[in-house]
Order: sequence, then structure tokens, then C-alpha cells
Amino acid sequence: MTDTAATNTADLPEYPAPRDAACPFDPAPAARAEQAAGALRRVRMPTGQAVWLVTGHAEQRTLLGDARLSSDVTNENYPLPVDRPRPEESSVGFILMDDPEHARLRRMVASPFTVKRVQALRPAVQRIVDERIDAMLAGPNRADLVQDFALPVPSLVICELLGVPYADYDFFQRNSAAVINRDTPLPDRDAAMGALFSYLAGLVDDKAGSPADDVLSGLAQRVRDGEIDRNEAAKIGVLLLIAGHETTANMIALGTVALLEHPAQLERVREGDEATVASAVEELLRYLTVIQSGLRRVALEDIEVAGETIRAGDGVLLGLELGNRDARVFEDPDTLDVHRGARNHSAFGFGVHQCLGQQLARMELQVAYGTLYKRIPSLKLAVDAAELPFKHDGQVYGVYELPVTW
Amino acid sequence: MKITVDEDKCCGAGQCALIAPEVFDQRDEDGVVVLLDAAPGEEHHGAVRESAQVCPAAAITVDEDA
Repeated sequence: MTDTAATNTADLPEYPAPRDAACPFDPAPAARAEQAAGALRRVRMPTGQAVWLVTGHAEQRTLLGDARLSSDVTNENYPLPVDRPRPEESSVGFILMDDPEHARLRRMVASPFTVKRVQALRPAVQRIVDERIDAMLAGPNRADLVQDFALPVPSLVICELLGVPYADYDFFQRNSAAVINRDTPLPDRDAAMGALFSYLAGLVDDKAGSPADDVLSGLAQRVRDGEIDRNEAAKIGVLLLIAGHETTANMIALGTVALLEHPAQLERVREGDEATVASAVEELLRYLTVIQSGLRRVALEDIEVAGETIRAGDGVLLGLELGNRDARVFEDPDTLDVHRGARNHSAFGFGVHQCLGQQLARMELQVAYGTLYKRIPSLKLAVDAAELPFKHDGQVYGVYELPVTW
Repeated sequence: MKITVDEDKCCGAGQCALIAPEVFDQRDEDGVVVLLDAAPGEEHHGAVRESAQVCPAAAITVDEDA
């Protein structure tokens, strides 16, 4: 249906749409207008493909939990974010696949992300956070919180978990930034992905010879045992490396901007106990929803939802940033309230693809927010908030730089 | 209250083990749910209901009448 629909989509509203520069934490006004008009809307992607945009929290959960919606990027109707040839296989491991293969691969790397393993890691994360703050306080009283804190903290943690040398930080950060920027020209994006793939494949080879207690060594062992091939192992490594640091880094930085712009809320986090900080993390995840371009799916069968019929072959986008502002679920949804206790948000997605690293992300954010404002109570923006370079072009929302002083 | 879990459906997100750790745990090797107490006391019922509600894979079934 995409071929015929593509010629008739000019009148459809575009998604994703630009945010209002005056309201950098809120979803795009055009997307909010679609949400106000209904839980299921027809929109046009940048590629011209007409797709369903799901705007309601309940409808998103119903659909993300429905196995008739597929994540298989090789499906001829799966909505691609940019104009490009259809990939012959997922380039980022199991997230662009369906069960049972998705579950088989995901379970291979799930062990370090369980609640208990993550809690055991908390003292190490606290040490990393304290060291980065020590370094900031030892320098001039001005820093770029993105480069000096928000990126290094989750990067150090995921490097340790995966067995990636942190010395290679500049290399993998540069390439993963290119991969997740929506405006990166396709050849550059493919080159960045290729560089990351070769790098992770090389690390898997190294681990086969000298295994350690890390995820890549575990994958290398499974390659040797014939459970997966080297290609799959490297792609899972790419996925975990990118997802393991970009998302949390953006939440640390953007969350700090949001709190600095809401001083009463910041005060509650700074003065709050662990439970208050944990509640603030959930609320910031909901309020900011940094996954900003919609989760992409394709319908394998006809699906009735919210009085509409999604036809087999239709593309579907789940606008998580909209569902998390759904007034049917969250009272006064556009207000940041760190005491809300909003655990039923969809910032990590929903369904069997829900973020594997969510417990790690929660803990990292709890330690980061719970420590930074206590140790630097006079932290403030060094520029006007309106001058901050927000990531309007990113698949993950955030700020490119965050000049702060104290 | 009687709880059942579906290990095949479970995607190891860990929401239940976070919200109701006295009732749910995770297998260390792959994160799949482990049911510690199929008939927990009333003090856990609220957390169990929330766990079932937020489980992304709908792997937890709660029979309130059992």
C-alpha cells in the first residue's frame, strides 16, 4: 500500500514535527494537535510514507503488547526513518526483529541488567559519579555538563559491563552520535555504523582468546559454542554500546536543564531521600521522554483499535512522548511534579522490546541526580536556557552542550 | 490471591522484581521471572497488582478470587 499511498500523502501532517523553541520540554505543538484530535491519526513520515501515529497511552500499550505488530526491519512495509534501500537484516541486533529469535538473542545478554545485578553495581556507579564531580570541582567553576559528566558516567559504566576499553571513548562516541542523528547523510551514517561494527567484531575476536567477566566475552563464548555467529555478536555489541550510553547521557543532561528551570522541583530532589530521588527519576523519564521520533512497527494482520482498523501492511508509529502526556492517565500532564510517582510511563517503551537496560538506566539516573545537586548546590546554567543547543535533529532528545557554572 | 507467571512470555525487564521483590525475582542467567510466592500475604497485593499492570510482556496473571 505504501506505493499508492505515497502519492496521496502531501496533505497529511508530518511526524516528527518541530518543537516550539519556547517550550523545549514539551512535544511538538503539531503532534499535540494530532493527539487532541484522536488516539490514532494518519501522518506522513519524512520518507513520504503514510503511517498511523498512535497518540494515546492506553492504545500504545495495547498495540506494543500485540504480537501482530512487527519490529522486523526486513518487512517490505516496515517504516524506515529515512529514505534508503530496505536492509537485508537488522544492523543493530535484536531490536529490529520479532520473537522467537528476538527473545533468544535478548536473553543471551540479559544477565547484567537484572534488578539484583544492577543494585550490586550501585557503589561502583557512585564512585564514578563522585570522581567526575571531583574533577569538575577541581577545575575552573565552569563546565560543559554533557562532556564532563553526562556522557562519561554512563559510558564508563557500559564499557565496564561490555568489556569495551574506555580509552576508545572518542572513537565510539563520535560514531554513535553520527548514527543516532536524524540528519546525518546516509553514507556517513552507514560508515559510522560500519566502523562500530568492525570495532565490536574485533573486540569479540579478542575476547575469544582472552575472556573476562563481561558481556562481550559471554558473546564470544556463544560464538565458539555455535549459538550465534560473529556477525550477530558484533551487532548486539553495537546495540548495547549505543543504547547503553546515549540515552542515559541525554537524560542526565536534559533532566538537569529541566530541574534548573523548575527550581522548586530541584530543591525537592536535592533535599529528598532515596525514594524521592527514585520518584523524580520516573517523573523526569515521563516528562522528558527522550525517545522522540516514535517507535516504529508494521502490522502483520488487520488490528482493530480505538474505533479504527489498522490494515495488514500498514506502518505504525508509537509517539511515546505523546502517550506520556496523556491527560487520561496523568493528571495535569504538562506539569513536572517529582512527587507524582509515575511508574506507569512508557519512556522505556512497552511490550517484549521494552528497554533491556532500564534498571541500569534508573540506577544511574538516581545516583547522578541524587549526587550532583547535593555536591554542587549552587549549580546553574552559564547561558540563557533559550540559547542551549537542543537536539531537535536527534532520534534521542537532549542537549549537545550544557554550559554550567557554580 | 493466586499468581501465575509465563516464563516464555517474560522479556526480563525486571519491573516486577523492582516493585515487589518479596514476590518476584529474576533468573541470574537470562533475567526471566522467578515466582517466589504464588500466594503472598495481603500486604503485597498492591505491589503485585502494579507489577502485573506494568509488566511489558503481560507475563503475570493475578487471580484475585483464589
